[in-house]
Amino acid sequence: MATGQHCVESPSVLLRLEGVEKVYALGDGVEVRALRGVSMEVRAGEFVAVMGASGSGKSTLMNLLGCLDRPTAGTYQLEGRDVSGLSRNELAEVRNRTMGFVFQSFNLLSRTSAKENVELPLLYAGIATKERRERARAALERVGLADRANHHPNQLSGGQQQRVAIARALVNNPRILLADEPTGNLDSRTSVEIMALFQDLGRSGITVLLVTHEADIAAFATRVVMMRDGRVVDDRTQLPLAAVPGPVQNDDAAGTGGAQ
Amino acid sequence: MNLWVTFRVAVRALLRNKTRSGLTALGIVIGVAAVIAMVAIGEGAKVKVAQAFDAMGTNLLIVTSGSSHGGGMRGGHGSMPTLTWGDLQAVRSDISTVKYAAPVCQTNASMQSDEQNWTSNVVGTSPEYFDIRNWPVVKGVLFGTADLDAGTKILVMGSSVAKKLFGEDVDPVGRTVRLRGSPFTVVGLLADKGQGPMGQDYDDVVVMPVSTFRAKIQGGLGQFIPGVIFVGATSAKTTTRTGRDIGDLLRDRHRIQAGLEDDFSVRNLSELAGASQQGTQIMTTLLAAVAAVSLLVGGIGIMNILLVSVTERTREIGVRMAIGAKPRNILAQFLVEALTLSVIGGLIGIGLGILIAQQLAASFQWPLLIRPDVIVVAVGFSAAIGIGFGLYPAWKASRLDPIDALRYE
Repeated sequence: MATGQHCVESPSVLLRLEGVEKVYALGDGVEVRALRGVSMEVRAGEFVAVMGASGSGKSTLMNLLGCLDRPTAGTYQLEGRDVSGLSRNELAEVRNRTMGFVFQSFNLLSRTSAKENVELPLLYAGIATKERRERARAALERVGLADRANHHPNQLSGGQQQRVAIARALVNNPRILLADEPTGNLDSRTSVEIMALFQDLGRSGITVLLVTHEADIAAFATRVVMMRDGRVVDDRTQLPLAAVPGPVQNDDAAGTGGAQ
Repeated sequence: MNLWVTFRVAVRALLRNKTRSGLTALGIVIGVAAVIAMVAIGEGAKVKVAQAFDAMGTNLLIVTSGSSHGGGMRGGHGSMPTLTWGDLQAVRSDISTVKYAAPVCQTNASMQSDEQNWTSNVVGTSPEYFDIRNWPVVKGVLFGTADLDAGTKILVMGSSVAKKLFGEDVDPVGRTVRLRGSPFTVVGLLADKGQGPMGQDYDDVVVMPVSTFRAKIQGGLGQFIPGVIFVGATSAKTTTRTGRDIGDLLRDRHRIQAGLEDDFSVRNLSELAGASQQGTQIMTTLLAAVAAVSLLVGGIGIMNILLVSVTERTREIGVRMAIGAKPRNILAQFLVEALTLSVIGGLIGIGLGILIAQQLAASFQWPLLIRPDVIVVAVGFSAAIGIGFGLYPAWKASRLDPIDALRYE
């Protein structure tokens, strides 16, 4: 397989974009060029924050990286395999096996227990019931919510809901975790906790790709990619800020995160 | 993702909205129940009519004598005796498709037992009469040819007469009944026949040999039969042809020239029964059609709810797709949801329909007839409705773009 070949020349390159463009046709001949030739490589274990103003193309980039969308031009190689031309079904499989998604608004199924929410990706992977239960429990344990397995989302705080979502993203043992503004709906203290969790996952070998517009969130990443007008304008590695959740210092910091 | 898992996902989704799922299924419940109950009513009515006609006799033809006329007045069928004993013999022997032929003379007469008196229909006939009318005795015996030749003073009676003269559950066999001053021995009690198509009581009758009838009850006119001839054809198929043959034979015997009015008439009861059957068949079809419309409305209800559900759960669909659901998984989930609703609705509907049919059958005293094919068709139809009306919403859901679906507010 092609993977072997790539492993030889650059052992740790997980994904590679080359001249990727994305054009949306709005009808009446009007086109929006969301990405205008993006080329980048991400190595396994990196913690990449994609930053940019709204309209900079960072969400489009994330959708492409997450195999939710296909590029108009250019190639996207994931684990050495070109995925830019795959069908909807093949993309769904790639997402199921390789990706984990975390969203700004958590997107848990309502009136469904945390456990069942976490089991969902395994359901589509065709995993047997017993193994599903075990892996869902293990994933919840990893995010520190083993005792809330039977709670429904409306019985959990925002931070807890996001952790259930992270457990759901992790349950399939993905190589890549994509997080779209994961702290956008959380208070600053809970945000730091979530970022600590991401850093922890990064250290365990999972590649984390994070979209954010907040510089203090991007500071936790090992690499920051700046987008503007559909192009990468800055790409630098950095020494990440250690996310150490501090003690509750005052009342307003307790917020939603304090419910645990 | 196998079917069982899809089914569980679908059921879980349905249970998240119990009230709405219940109301949606209710449309199918009512539809299926209506179809089953209506068809059962129609079938019950049909059998009831068929039973009433069967009670008169199988493959029955009735030959009546002609009309008297004097001073411009015509007396109607049977008012002038024209059928002779010779005609009866000829019908019996000359037409191959005639299985039985019996003279039937009747009048009303009062009769007395030791305890009671009653006025009833008295029939004088030959033993073939019981074959034509499919009428066995439950106690005692029928009279035979020997009694016919000898003019024995015996009779068999219907259950209604027995009740009036001797009381409930009393065996009348061997008892004596006085009729027009003569004592008659009861030799048999006829089986219950119930009501005729016009509501007459078939069991309110006594039957005796026609020779006895002529000697003791009502004298005859020599060669003429003071009544009608009942004819039983060999099969339902030959009944109509037998009627025509009898007409030809009697026209020939009575020397009626072509173009002149017959002095007798042949009535075919199976034709009458057929017309009556057709009436109930039309009614059944009409009722079933109305019920089918309600089933269709139930199906549209399912589609409506599913369309709302797809819109409402757009984000859920987006999430499912993002974490690896293929379009066909989403399609299957919504299809199975529709199918589950309609099949559960269908099953409850069958139960309800049978219950309604039972109640109606009990209150109309109809036989309860649940046709298994109707149940199969109703369930199949409700499943088809589930798939048919679920397909479009499910297809719509599966075509959603995961990015748009995730962003949907």
